[in-house]
Amino acid sequence: MANQVPVAEGVFTWPSEEPRLLASRCTACGNHMFPIQQDCPKCSGSSTERVELGRTGTLWTWTIQGYPPKSPPYAGDDDPVTFEPFGVGYVEIDGIVRVESRLTTADRDELEIGMELEMVLDPLYINDDGDEVVTFAFAPANSGGA
Amino acid sequence: MSDDVAIVGIGMHEFGRHDGVSGIDQGVVAVRRALADAGVQWEDVEFAFGGSKDGGAADTMVSKLGLTGLQFINVANGCATGGSALFSAYNSIKSGMFDIGIAVGFDKHERGAFRIDLASHGLEEWYGESGLALTTQFFGMKLNRYMHDHGITEPTLAKVAEKAFRNGSKNPMAWRRRPMSEAEIAESAMLSYPLTQYMFCSPGEGGAALVLCRADKAKQYTDTPIYLNAAAVRSRKFGSFEVMAPHLATERSDGPTVDASKAAYQMAGMGPEDMDLAQLQDTEVGAEIMHMAENGFCEHGEQERMIAMGETEIGGRFPVNTDGGCLANGEPVGASGLRQVYENVLQLRGQAGDRQVPNDPKTAYTHVYGAPGISGVTILSR
Repeated sequence: MANQVPVAEGVFTWPSEEPRLLASRCTACGNHMFPIQQDCPKCSGSSTERVELGRTGTLWTWTIQGYPPKSPPYAGDDDPVTFEPFGVGYVEIDGIVRVESRLTTADRDELEIGMELEMVLDPLYINDDGDEVVTFAFAPANSGGA
Repeated sequence: MSDDVAIVGIGMHEFGRHDGVSGIDQGVVAVRRALADAGVQWEDVEFAFGGSKDGGAADTMVSKLGLTGLQFINVANGCATGGSALFSAYNSIKSGMFDIGIAVGFDKHERGAFRIDLASHGLEEWYGESGLALTTQFFGMKLNRYMHDHGITEPTLAKVAEKAFRNGSKNPMAWRRRPMSEAEIAESAMLSYPLTQYMFCSPGEGGAALVLCRADKAKQYTDTPIYLNAAAVRSRKFGSFEVMAPHLATERSDGPTVDASKAAYQMAGMGPEDMDLAQLQDTEVGAEIMHMAENGFCEHGEQERMIAMGETEIGGRFPVNTDGGCLANGEPVGASGLRQVYENVLQLRGQAGDRQVPNDPKTAYTHVYGAPGISGVTILSR
């Protein structure tokens, strides 16, 4: 198996057996933001602290990306012949924030608002060093991961 | 009142694809047509606000229209660029600073979905690399949640697009003028569930311009001045659900459309019940449906029945997107909001031809929405 590297530093804990998304919590009003940011759009504060989000959540809404996104910026497969649709949704985590994420299934019959999900890593492409670049995604909670 | 504002001239460059014609030149054509419509000479224009997203700097058009030394300010405000140009022109006259000026918008986009400039949206590279920087995903997700919450069904989606292309077929300025059946729309490629290919508008090209003046001078130019009773632009508040958002708060609030709409009604001293027709942002069919409620024209969920009953048809109780909307016209971002106003002026003048709303409409409403969560609303009357 290829060595895995994250799509970017600071998006989720790494290296980690069970990576978690990295978010910010406003020290003034308690608002949570993803990804990490310094300023709080709720209270206009500018003091935040880093927090790790839980690995499970519920699906708040979803769609299916049915055509290849333009590359750049997309780093995954943009070839119209081999492109595989992927799910996209907002996942509510710990009741404090809804994170936009890829979903591991693109089957509308497997997607339902309110369903339980868990975080997994999703391969995007192989970089010039032969490493597998991964981003985060959410999978149906009982599927055992992607 | 002397501080009221009237629209005395309108001009458009056809929307669509125009290989070999620059965005600026499409703006110039729109301005020339608006001047001719008003019977105004370029040298008499005191100021202009203009903008485009991808079509170039609007103020460079003076090298084609004439170097008269007028105040020309470029406006860049995403999908509300045209609306913002109009808002600025409105206030320039209302303040007493100027008597007559122009709002112009134009654009020329590459084919296919918008390619998002991540940095200019304050987004990180990984977001685009991961396949999340697509406006189409937002529209699918907002609509999916809305259908879940308010009982809008899939057949209703195709009905909205069918109406758009049918109205567009009656509009010589529209891009897509071929009527399409609900089945053809519903069975086209699924781009972003629940939205198919023909339920989305496409980035396109075109231009639109308006000549505005002090209301007490309007009769110098036209027998049918149309009055601009309100122009309002609002950005998003905490808790709203907008395009290009890596996260959402769990608490919900109204979006910028609701706020811009309320501000416009207050400015005009009118309410949604006073409007005779509306042009609403229909980036895709769900946007038209949701914006009907967000602008106050119905309760959430009521659209299902209204659309089934044909109430938003040109001959219906409350016509929506009489010129075919973004769906039939495409979306040249800088021009799109002014295209809506152009259509409403035609409707209020009784000059909309085959798509004229019956019974002499007296008031008309426009609404644009775009990234990163901005809305612009106008109210016109005659």
